[in-house]
Amino acid sequence: MAENSRGLLLAGVGGQGVILASMIVADALVRAGHDVKQSEVHGMAQRGGSVFSHIRWGTNVDSPLVEKGSAEVLAAFEWAEAIRWVEYVRDGGAVVADVRTIVPPGACTDRRAWLTRYPAIEADLFSDRRLKTRLIDASATAAELGNARAANSVILGSVAAFLDIDDVHWEAAITQLVPKGTQEVNLAAFRAGREVPMARIPLPSSDPEGFSGPHQIDIRHEWCKGCDICSRVCPEYCLAVNTDGELTITNPDACTGCRLCEMLCPDFAITIRPPQQPATAPERAVVGGRAR
Amino acid sequence: MTLDVEPRVEHRRSVLLSGNEAVARGAVEAGALVAVGYPGTPSTEILESIADRDDMDVRWSTNEKVALDVALGASLGGVRVLATMKHVGLNVAADTFMTAAYTGVGAGLVIVVADDPGMHSSQNEQDTRAYARMAGVPLLEPSDSAEAKTYTTLAFEISEEFDTPVLVRTTTRVSHNRGVVELGPRVERPVTGFDRNPQKYVMIPGHARGRRPLFLDRLKRLSKYVESTPLSVESGSGDEFGVVTSGIAHHYVREVLPECRILKLGMSHPLPLERIREFSASVERLFVVEELDPLVENDLLAAGIDAEGKAFFTRIGELSPDAVRDGFSRAGLVPKQIPIESAPSTVARPPLLCPGCPHTPPFLALKRLGAVVTGDIGCYTLAALEPLSSMDTCIAMGSSIGMAVGMAASGGAAGPVVATIGDSTFLHGGVPGLADAVYSQANITVLILDNGTTAMTGGQEHPGTGTTLQGTEATPVDLVGLCESLGVRDIRVIDPYDMGATFSSIEGAIAHVGPSVVITNRPCVEAPTKVRDTPYEVVSDACTACQACMTAGCPSIIWSDETFEGRRKVVIDPTTCTGCTLCAQLCPPLAIVPVQAGEELNGG
Repeated sequence: MAENSRGLLLAGVGGQGVILASMIVADALVRAGHDVKQSEVHGMAQRGGSVFSHIRWGTNVDSPLVEKGSAEVLAAFEWAEAIRWVEYVRDGGAVVADVRTIVPPGACTDRRAWLTRYPAIEADLFSDRRLKTRLIDASATAAELGNARAANSVILGSVAAFLDIDDVHWEAAITQLVPKGTQEVNLAAFRAGREVPMARIPLPSSDPEGFSGPHQIDIRHEWCKGCDICSRVCPEYCLAVNTDGELTITNPDACTGCRLCEMLCPDFAITIRPPQQPATAPERAVVGGRAR
Repeated sequence: MTLDVEPRVEHRRSVLLSGNEAVARGAVEAGALVAVGYPGTPSTEILESIADRDDMDVRWSTNEKVALDVALGASLGGVRVLATMKHVGLNVAADTFMTAAYTGVGAGLVIVVADDPGMHSSQNEQDTRAYARMAGVPLLEPSDSAEAKTYTTLAFEISEEFDTPVLVRTTTRVSHNRGVVELGPRVERPVTGFDRNPQKYVMIPGHARGRRPLFLDRLKRLSKYVESTPLSVESGSGDEFGVVTSGIAHHYVREVLPECRILKLGMSHPLPLERIREFSASVERLFVVEELDPLVENDLLAAGIDAEGKAFFTRIGELSPDAVRDGFSRAGLVPKQIPIESAPSTVARPPLLCPGCPHTPPFLALKRLGAVVTGDIGCYTLAALEPLSSMDTCIAMGSSIGMAVGMAASGGAAGPVVATIGDSTFLHGGVPGLADAVYSQANITVLILDNGTTAMTGGQEHPGTGTTLQGTEATPVDLVGLCESLGVRDIRVIDPYDMGATFSSIEGAIAHVGPSVVITNRPCVEAPTKVRDTPYEVVSDACTACQACMTAGCPSIIWSDETFEGRRKVVIDPTTCTGCTLCAQLCPPLAIVPVQAGEELNGG
């Protein structure tokens, strides 16, 4: 009956091999004699997006989807994905999470101060829900065995420690489904995964200096001929030459102070000034007969 | 990834199949000789899983309408045929579909349409069950892989018995769910041959008027059939309340209320109204749990059967065990869910264009040029997202060109108007739009992003690729010749990996008065061949952290822990870099260089 069905979630980032790993789990469960349903989403998600797979098994499975708060194990191939799916794990359930971090480009909210929304890695994050959390560095373990790409099998080995499926079934499923020629390393990775040590949690990197505000873009219009070089190189799209051929600042708040425009201007017409530094008088900008 | 639907181990007759693979297996066992479709998530893997069978003709068509035309033609020729598409594909095929309901079929014609509630990979979440009602054709709704197989096989029987096309409607959670399926043997069926019958197959008004009453009579017979079909299954006990449900929703109901009275509809159009009326009379409250629109609920209300449904179960997106539990708790039948302690917030992770994607450079150029970009359906639609942010519209397959014509005609665009469309999408639905642009001498530029595959759905062949679904050689459509013959006078073919040429060609095409076409000619880096060249690396000492490379949004370029003047430098992930050179071209201090031989990371 449905209430006897159990659930497991795998989550990661597009390209990490979440779908193959979940096919291995599902195949092992079938070999162990269970009814199994496994549900995933293809398409857009595979392009570097968040990828997940639900697996449910028992004598007769109804829903292919795991209900929130009911999964026995969450296997996360990446830290932020562990956080995204942890609410599906039941109290007392297990979380196997790779401490690998993949920070999506859009997570950087401010390029100057480099602030991101990426969640910090903490071993006891879920302690109040009595979760059995196992943080591992699967890639490092797999690399020691000779192929970093076998990291998924390390994670599966770690997951197997929380499930009562005979290793015979796991190893048959792995042998069946991993690419030809990688069976041995994946089997070794799986066995290593059962005993894999807790990963050292990487220290958060030191804060960058930060910025107190955008840089100021000073334009000497009498020197500018509207050649458009600066606006085409600006990484932040701060500048534009308008239909009158005049250089305008279209996005002043976005300037990070990289000074590409200043350096590439053939007419020395642009000066980038750090925040809160007073404007330099034009006379003082001429040093040794050359503008800078 | 697709699986061979033959048993992987000889002695195992029960195998794990996705819903898509199970649909294909159903057609195989029913003795279908032709299977045809156009790729579209979540339907694509149906045809791929049986592509290599030598006892079937399995093929991609140019679009869903052509696919259904091919299917109907094959059916009239006397072979069982499976047509596959996603929900919005049926819009394209609707013209044929609506009239095929009048003509009926030769041998069995089954149209599998995969809906995408929740819009995991679609532009809308229209409900194909409404099409069944509009066209007056029967619709089966499998709820898992096992049913996907048996219903597909049965659909062929129904199609032939009632002389009608039959819709099999799956959803993402059925198509992309793997479950255990018992395999059966293929039953070979001889080709019955084409019967000339103009009154039935030539739908001129005089003949169609004759078909209309026959079509309505068929619906009446189907309504009678569905009352006694074994496709409707009752389970559970109790008289307090009962649930009418279908498809994946059935499993969610059983998950939440394992013992409750359920009438599961395997065929949800036409409805077994008398059976439901009887069921309704045996319970105090009747609920309808259906994904998306309240079609069954409204039909029941119209038939005078009191039912509750969308008051408790959302019309938006997918249902789930959580959503069904929540609905029944608001209906007062199960205790309220205990809220789960929520996890800390995490980062959004939208999909991205792949490292080395040849679509990236043209969109960088379009952003610089301030173009108003009418986009289309494909991987390049991702250019609408940060950091490229250079697509302004995306509606339907092939819409980009016609919309550009209209945008230019409006005079309301603040910049040059550019339509962007992939090769597969251009052949699918873009060609008439380009003819229109020439006909009206619209001042637009059409950017055909020819990467030699249908990339978004995983890399399928199409008439422009020069290969078939089986990988055998075909005559490719000559895009330049096609555009020339349509009357385009300014056609440029560019290598999008050459950033300078890409920029100046697009700029030149925009300057051309009248319609112009720019065709990019780099293949997709993922399909059909994985393109991997020497990866690039950042010389940290030379990096000035200008972050110009970051504007490309390449997933291989990641933030470094080092800074310059307080700004983060970047590093390149050598395991995912394809060596496309785009970032190196964008780097003003020339800090991005190829990884020297012997320096590459092992295994990675």
